[in-house]
Amino acid sequence: MDTINGAMWVALGSVLGGTARFWLSGFVARRVGETFPWGTMVVNVSGAFLLGILAASAAGHGMFASQEAWQFAAIGILGTYTTVSSFSLQTLSLARDGEMMRAAGNMVLSLSLCLGAVACGFVAGIHVLG
Amino acid sequence: MQDNTSSRLPASEKHPASRQRRSLWLQIVWDKAGSYISVVLGSIVGAVARFLVSVLSVSQFGDGFPWGTLFVNVTGSFAIGFYAALTGPDGRLYASPRQRLFVMVGFCGGYTTFSAFSLETLRFVQSGKADTALVYLVVSAVTWIASVWAGYALAARLNRL
Repeated sequence: MDTINGAMWVALGSVLGGTARFWLSGFVARRVGETFPWGTMVVNVSGAFLLGILAASAAGHGMFASQEAWQFAAIGILGTYTTVSSFSLQTLSLARDGEMMRAAGNMVLSLSLCLGAVACGFVAGIHVLG
Repeated sequence: MQDNTSSRLPASEKHPASRQRRSLWLQIVWDKAGSYISVVLGSIVGAVARFLVSVLSVSQFGDGFPWGTLFVNVTGSFAIGFYAALTGPDGRLYASPRQRLFVMVGFCGGYTTFSAFSLETLRFVQSGKADTALVYLVVSAVTWIASVWAGYALAARLNRL
């Protein structure tokens, strides 16, 4: 029963997360061009930052310490908003086009920026939420 | 048909250009709505599948290591590579743009997650397990790329059969 309830919260959140990812990654790609997958990177870095804030709230027994809020916002919205599959496919297609530096750059930049963003989000969340 | 109607209209009511603009605009809105619906439906299925995998993984292996996240990211990368090649320009399976949005952007996008991976790595660091964080990071990056490549290569082989 817990699992079914959880799945409902996740499904609700995923509607927002999926829509936001599709809109923002498309928007960035149209603005900046598609020679480098900036759209996916913007989505993943911003999603990691926001998840850091939610984790700080959960750690401080804030609003997102509740299971339902976490399932809706963290697993549902942000889990769906960010994506590994597009990142992998775009890295592969850069490599297949012989753009090895860009493929490697996408990996290094995505991983380091996302890890930096989740840490910054966590620290910011601790400071703001007390 | 349309030409006949417009030729019977008085000159002041002839606005073929504006009528064409309106139907073009409707067409764009309709296409956009269809794309978003495809992505959203795929996202729901993907996200619920990811949640169920993580529930199952925690019940089987505990929560010491995020096997669930690693599993969804590896299998989701494989799936997107496989499907992209199979339905690509040289692919043997035809898929409409909306079907590709449903599977690739919706399902695979919602099924995999970069944010959970980032937070789990941070949590290893915070609990003093920097070496586990590094292992998780390197293993993830290598297996994601290896599996998208494997999926792509397998489908490319099937395309040539």
